[in-house]
Amino acid sequence: MSFPTRRKILKSLLFGGTAIAAPSAVFGAIYGRGEGMPWEPLKGQPPYYGTHEDWFFTPDEREAVAAICARLIPSDGDGPGAVEADVITFLDRQMAGFYGRGQHWYMKGPFREGTATQGYQSEHPPAGLYRHALAELDGYCRAQQDAGFAALSAAQQDEILKGMDDEEITFDGVSAKAFFDLILKNTIEGYFADPIYGGNRDMVAWHYVGFPGTRYDYRDFVGHNGARIDLPPVSLMGRPGWNSSE
Amino acid sequence: MTKQLPKVDVILVGFGWTGAIYAEKLTAAGMEVLALERGPWRDTPKDFATTFAQDELRYYWRHGMFQEASQSTVTFRNNGAQTALPMRHWGSFLPGNGVGGSGVHWNGQTYRFLPSDFVAKSHNEERYGPLPEGMTVQDYGVTYEELEPHFDYFEKICGICGTAGNLRGDIRKGGNPFEGPRSDDYPNPPMQMTFSQDRFEASARDMGLNPFPVPSANMSRAYVNPLGMQLAPCTYCGFCEKHGCGNYSKSSPQTTIIPVLMKRENFTLRTDSEVLSVEKSPDGTRATGVTYIDTSGEEFFQPAEVVVLCAYPLENTRLMLLSDIGTPYDPQTGEGVVGKNYCYQVMSGATVFYDEEYTNGFVGAGALGMAVDEYNGDNFDHSGLGFIGGGYIACYTTNARPIESHPVPEGVPGWGSEWKQSVRANFLKTTTVGVHGASMAHRSNYLDLDPTYTDRHGRPLLRMTYDFTLNDRRLTAHITPVAEEIARGMGGREVNVAERKGSYDSMPYQTTHNTGGTIMGTDPQTSVCNRYCQSWDLHNLFVAGAGLFPQNAGYNPTGTVAALAYWSVAAIIDQYMADPGPLVQA
Ligand SMILES: Cc1cc2nc3c(=O)[nH]c(=O)nc-3n(C[C@H](O)[C@H](O)[C@H](O)COP(=O)(O)OP(=O)(O)OC[C@H]3O[C@@H](n4cnc5c(N)ncnc54)[C@H](O)[C@@H]3O)c2cc1C
Ligand code: SF4
Repeated sequence: MSFPTRRKILKSLLFGGTAIAAPSAVFGAIYGRGEGMPWEPLKGQPPYYGTHEDWFFTPDEREAVAAICARLIPSDGDGPGAVEADVITFLDRQMAGFYGRGQHWYMKGPFREGTATQGYQSEHPPAGLYRHALAELDGYCRAQQDAGFAALSAAQQDEILKGMDDEEITFDGVSAKAFFDLILKNTIEGYFADPIYGGNRDMVAWHYVGFPGTRYDYRDFVGHNGARIDLPPVSLMGRPGWNSSE
Repeated sequence: MTKQLPKVDVILVGFGWTGAIYAEKLTAAGMEVLALERGPWRDTPKDFATTFAQDELRYYWRHGMFQEASQSTVTFRNNGAQTALPMRHWGSFLPGNGVGGSGVHWNGQTYRFLPSDFVAKSHNEERYGPLPEGMTVQDYGVTYEELEPHFDYFEKICGICGTAGNLRGDIRKGGNPFEGPRSDDYPNPPMQMTFSQDRFEASARDMGLNPFPVPSANMSRAYVNPLGMQLAPCTYCGFCEKHGCGNYSKSSPQTTIIPVLMKRENFTLRTDSEVLSVEKSPDGTRATGVTYIDTSGEEFFQPAEVVVLCAYPLENTRLMLLSDIGTPYDPQTGEGVVGKNYCYQVMSGATVFYDEEYTNGFVGAGALGMAVDEYNGDNFDHSGLGFIGGGYIACYTTNARPIESHPVPEGVPGWGSEWKQSVRANFLKTTTVGVHGASMAHRSNYLDLDPTYTDRHGRPLLRMTYDFTLNDRRLTAHITPVAEEIARGMGGREVNVAERKGSYDSMPYQTTHNTGGTIMGTDPQTSVCNRYCQSWDLHNLFVAGAGLFPQNAGYNPTGTVAALAYWSVAAIIDQYMADPGPLVQA
């Protein structure tokens, strides 16, 4: 093997002409060849977080989902719950977006019921699971109580949610437990995520637990030695009094 | 139709930590190197700037930087009697995707394995007698002493912050007295510890243990590495693991190697290019190159003199199986090697809840922690214990981001008012003492190709068959109480113990420390690669990454992964280039 000599020949072949790589260059990008770092200053990729036009739930579904979230994280006088945090808006946008569609998930069949250690195995992506499970839940509530979930008392709602969580209530076609686990997870996400995604409105959940949010420099506080650190939270949008435009 | 491309000297399949390491050394030696990376270009100012890097939903929960399961995933089952089902989204581990690989969203906890870890079979058999039936633990074929200069170099590339415990045989105060002898101190002093580590340290000392600062790739001060790359002091922002660092404070391929490479004319990187298979010469003794596909769906054949698999253990194993290289492992007969000895990590811990004091977990960093090593490897006498190996016990302050981390005491329900109020009461007042345990190889834990499920190109997914073994369970049962005792000494109101019980669960995040599948060793009958990480079957095919580990030690892998990569690339440059062929005679 005589690497150094071939290197010269290769260079003329690979890099001398553009013909070889050009057709696919739009797809598989080519970097290097002594050209330095391929980034432009101030060309960051801010997150996509949905808009006010994004919605997935029907009005009835929205009402039911809002009622479920309100029981998972209640407004109990101690601090804001899912209602004040506007978790429903977060969920609606998430379901309308790539997450709800399961776009990044592996959704090929065959589908089978898995063991407890095999994770999500529904044939539906998250939004589809919500839709099917909500229809089942509605049927269940109407059969039992002659009213939709949102119209039931808090105690009745808690009992149903607990039944789903404990696998005592089951649905046809979709798993009530899988839906319960997913909506609990998503509700916690919406409660605590950055407000840019629609939930945690005005950073209420961060205020409530004392999380200072998306700050990135705590060097002055490392030696806190167990004392409380009082810093108002900041979101990726800034906070009142932080942005110069405020 | 597959388009033929002109030959290069070396192809690197995947461009994460190991890809960057091989590329730097090989281009410095004058070779023409091409890296093919499945994912996109990524760098600090564009992809994890401090104006948006601290986005927990985007980066952790929506997997902003990880491999998408829709690209390819693994199927999983606990044992051979079950039907493996696809991990439809990631959970227990999070493979990387894109330039820098998992090296972008790692923590930076940078350990060296113990000298005895590299000779786990011979060392333990000599001390305790034959290994039990079914345990397939082996020696690496390379020793700690041989790897030492390479550990040292990687630590300098990364600017690791720590306190040496064993400098050329001299045991130093404040360091880890159990570590192998080091030829040099860490390039930087340890990070500044915070409240929880102070408590851990005091408690551990009271118990007669030797706490030491976790070797960290989060900078304790400004640093310039041997390649001239500048790193900035860590700001303890707490958005470290699962996030890229917007401050140039975490060592990653981007901050330590890649900018230097991009200036070299003999280095080329193609992104959004996924390697489908390694092609072989008709006589089957050499790799001729690789076939890859870009995002347009066009296929290319890229010939090369040397191919290095740097695509992470899971994909390296799958590529070998798909390319029909080596004999697939058969758990029935114990024969075959590719896919053998898949291992993971056994984690447990004890959470301390305080009443008065605040732990302020948001003031943290990926590798900010104190650890003790008394219960790791063979640092303690295992006679009569019925297991080998161990783990470190550490208290880290990291990850106090509220979606991921909001511990509540035992008995509090998982939702509702009581849960909410408990989260508020405890969010800023908890810390965890964790056990990071080894995983010993067992005959029944392995990787092969799934018979049913395929990726987007129609090729079989990798199938993972894994459960914790008797050794794992005894190991964790022995060490978790020590963690609990340290935790109880830390002065909190109460301690909750999370034991390692039940079967391995593929969902909650544990660690991205998948090992084995392409293991190295001394005998082609029992290993995929020789001591230089060279395939026993195709002499111009080299393999990088933790897939080389015959079993997993009780540490995070990357220090050892990097040392093996530097060791292997030195063998290519110093020996293989002069005389291409097997570097070890079978
Ligand atoms: C959240 C997290 C935290 C971690 N924390 C720590 C820690 O604190 N300490 C520690 O020691 N380790 C840690 N690790 C592990 C560490 O990141 C890995 O050990 C290390 O990055 C492995 O290097 P690698 O080169 O083998 O793989 P990677 O760095 O993952 O690179 C592999 C690359 O190959 C590419 N690729 C895969 N398949 C193909 C294909 N077919 N064609 C082309 N390209 C392909 C991938 O896209 C990827 O970019 C952590 C990992 C994660 C995910
Ligand atoms: S904790 Fe430090 S190293 Fe980690 S992302 Fe923040 S600034 Fe970077």
